[in-house]
Amino acid sequence: MQKRLKLGMVQMKPTLGDVQANLDKHLAFIDQARDEGVDLLIFPELSLTGYMLQDLAFEVSARPSADSPLFAPLLEASQDMDLVVGFVDEDRRHRVYIAAAYLAAGEVVHVHHKVYLPTYTYFDEGRYFAWGDDIRAFDTRFGRVGMLICEDFWHASPPYLLWLDGADLFLHISASPSRGLGEGAQPDSARWVEQVNRAYASLFTSFVAHTNRVGFEDGINFWGGAVAYSPDGDTIVKGPYFEETLVTADIDLQDVHRTRMRLPLLRDERTALTASVLARIVGSAEVSR
Amino acid sequence: MSIAELTAGLTINTALARRMLVAFIREEVSKVGFERAVVGVSGGIDSSATCFLAAEALGAENVLALRLPYRTSSPESLEHAQLVTEQLGVKTDTVEITAMVEPLFERFPDMDNLRRGNIMARARMIVLYDQSAAFGGLVVGGGNKTEMLLGYSTLYGDSAAAMHPLGDLYKAQVRQLARELGVPEVIIDKAPTADLWPDQTDEDELGFTYESVDRLLYLIVDRRYTLEEAVEAGFEPEFVEQVSQLVRNSHYKRVLPLVAKLSTRSIGHDFLYLRDWGR
Repeated sequence: MQKRLKLGMVQMKPTLGDVQANLDKHLAFIDQARDEGVDLLIFPELSLTGYMLQDLAFEVSARPSADSPLFAPLLEASQDMDLVVGFVDEDRRHRVYIAAAYLAAGEVVHVHHKVYLPTYTYFDEGRYFAWGDDIRAFDTRFGRVGMLICEDFWHASPPYLLWLDGADLFLHISASPSRGLGEGAQPDSARWVEQVNRAYASLFTSFVAHTNRVGFEDGINFWGGAVAYSPDGDTIVKGPYFEETLVTADIDLQDVHRTRMRLPLLRDERTALTASVLARIVGSAEVSR
Repeated sequence: MSIAELTAGLTINTALARRMLVAFIREEVSKVGFERAVVGVSGGIDSSATCFLAAEALGAENVLALRLPYRTSSPESLEHAQLVTEQLGVKTDTVEITAMVEPLFERFPDMDNLRRGNIMARARMIVLYDQSAAFGGLVVGGGNKTEMLLGYSTLYGDSAAAMHPLGDLYKAQVRQLARELGVPEVIIDKAPTADLWPDQTDEDELGFTYESVDRLLYLIVDRRYTLEEAVEAGFEPEFVEQVSQLVRNSHYKRVLPLVAKLSTRSIGHDFLYLRDWGR
């Protein structure tokens, strides 16, 4: 396993429904990242398609494999740089998922299907997309990784499960809209996301990297602000709000070791106790969900 | 808690609002293939703030600010509009709508102020959209959240635009933003008016103040207070009822015209794409 990681986080502005234009932009950012020595480059949620797809969801879907015209050039690019891309995955039964693919050495290492689909206020994901039904960490040359997509980490359980499944590096990707303009220097939604991601880094003594798209879709703004937190909960790097850019972070992966010597939260985590209490709660007629 | 405390959230970070709205105009204009905008400037705070935002987003040379007076329009309104266009250095023109609207007024001599005002607003829309084609710019409107929620606008008149950058800001918030933008104080401080007839003011016509209705709308719309809870918070029950009726009865102005669903896939029902489709 590598001891150091140069992480790249793209705050990208996709074109809604124009997969080819988005692929071209991915390849341009990959070239830029290669010049900067990036080892792992992560793109935001639905980076290859745009976010508010509505009926376009069924028109922009793809299969993550070498025979896909969309994925072939990305897999080729992953020969020397690991990649996380956001896309619409269509399964063999023609269900479509909001998905993230981890590509490395020309292979699809892992695909995560978004498990929480916000379907409230102006969010309408449940109308179009199928719900993912697995949460699983996976091994990379940078250690064991967990990937989550936006609403997934608005819930506490997916990051917790990934932690128990061995993830020391959390890659969170979003198309997070700006909402809530108050007196603060950033939208309320940005403040909220930053709070919880910093909390996950602290609670799980792990690295948490989050990237978010930018730009507008029909007046809805996405705030960018990619950020990486250390296992101590400190900010390693933070990108600008609203701007389309590549943000890089030099990460010393050994920091997990150092933090956990000081703060053995993982060693002391009582997983079996959690499981038994959960079993009691889920089995109880008195408690609804 | 007092109403003022409950509605303290009406105070916004104006620098952030400015940044987001400038980016909004720039992006939503450019992605549909334009780089210019046409703005009707009345001399009031909304159109002035809109013109400031458009000039910052696109460059003054890419903004055409049109003064569209009727013969009874107040000279002060025209002067205030000129203050804005001169300060910004935008392109400008003045097109009187009197000759456009008078024949219709004469045809229906018993026409009331409401009908005449609507015709004037729609005549202005005709000029703005014609100049949109001539200048090659999108029409950027000045609707704010307060008037859009109350329906205090003319359908297909001043409501007609490619976008309303101020549409998610209450009047009080537009005032805050206008200060940040550098809109002349004389415009910010004067009584808002549609200037459709002499000595008209919005607050006289509406029968309540922007300050009070902004606070009520903020609680009901943004904070999701029930009408009963708004009364408990200290608003007069009659006022709450009046405003809630205005909001409900004007909702037709905030949606597209209805289409009867007949087929399996119908415009307005299940043919669902954003305007920014492919952009």
